[in-house]
Amino acid sequence: MSHVPVSWYLILSAILFTLGVAGFLFRRSVITVFMSIELMLNAVNLSFVAFSYQLKQVNGHIFTFFVMVVAAAEAAVGLAIILTVFKNRATLEVDEVDSMKH
Amino acid sequence: MDVFLFFLFASIAVICGINVVVQTHPISSALSLIGVMGALAALYLLLGAEFIAAVQVVVYAGAIMVLFVFVIMLLNAGGESKVSRSTLARWLGIPLVITLLAMLSYIIQREIPKPVPVVFGEFTKGGAREVGRLLFTEYLLPFEITSVLILIAILGAVVLARKEID
Repeated sequence: MSHVPVSWYLILSAILFTLGVAGFLFRRSVITVFMSIELMLNAVNLSFVAFSYQLKQVNGHIFTFFVMVVAAAEAAVGLAIILTVFKNRATLEVDEVDSMKH
Repeated sequence: MDVFLFFLFASIAVICGINVVVQTHPISSALSLIGVMGALAALYLLLGAEFIAAVQVVVYAGAIMVLFVFVIMLLNAGGESKVSRSTLARWLGIPLVITLLAMLSYIIQREIPKPVPVVFGEFTKGGAREVGRLLFTEYLLPFEITSVLILIAILGAVVLARKEID
């Protein structure tokens, strides 16, 4: 076999997405949780590009582009929220920011 | 050669991805995530997405991750404190994640009727010319709405970072 089928790229994307889910659920530092979200977005981007290859269309690239733009906006706002939380609470642990639970 | 390159970059991506999850210090996670993004950019090139590969390096690895590293530096974030989890979470977490992966892989294998082999250089429409033409004709309205989204994000970031919010 000299060529890789598209489904292997999709399975790699699934592996990366699962790692992102695991990081989102297992980690306690809010910055690492945020990076896990970025990992999931990257995995989805890979599957968009792989499907784009499968269908021989450029539309998947456009969607990847939009996902990147939204990820950039989300990172800016999310990190600003993290900064504000840290200023008020002096903690980065997600378990300790629980005032909406009580 | 294609198989070798795929496995090289796929293993880099998976190893760095595992590293993102298992490292306790945020800066190690951030550097591993940059590794994932670089490997993914190479995989995009293998899939013929030249423009997206360039944007991946410039925007993701260049801009977003620099923002992350900057915030980690600004907050002086250290390693996480060890907190004991419940036994249920400890024993059920990894099997559930593996179940999710197995389900995703099963669906992918089942629902892709005929996966085409990826030949490097066969799909050449992923350059900036084709992507730009589609972006500014068919997807012009979403593109403009995206600019509004970014404007709102800038305003939100400025407001959040400036005021004392309780």
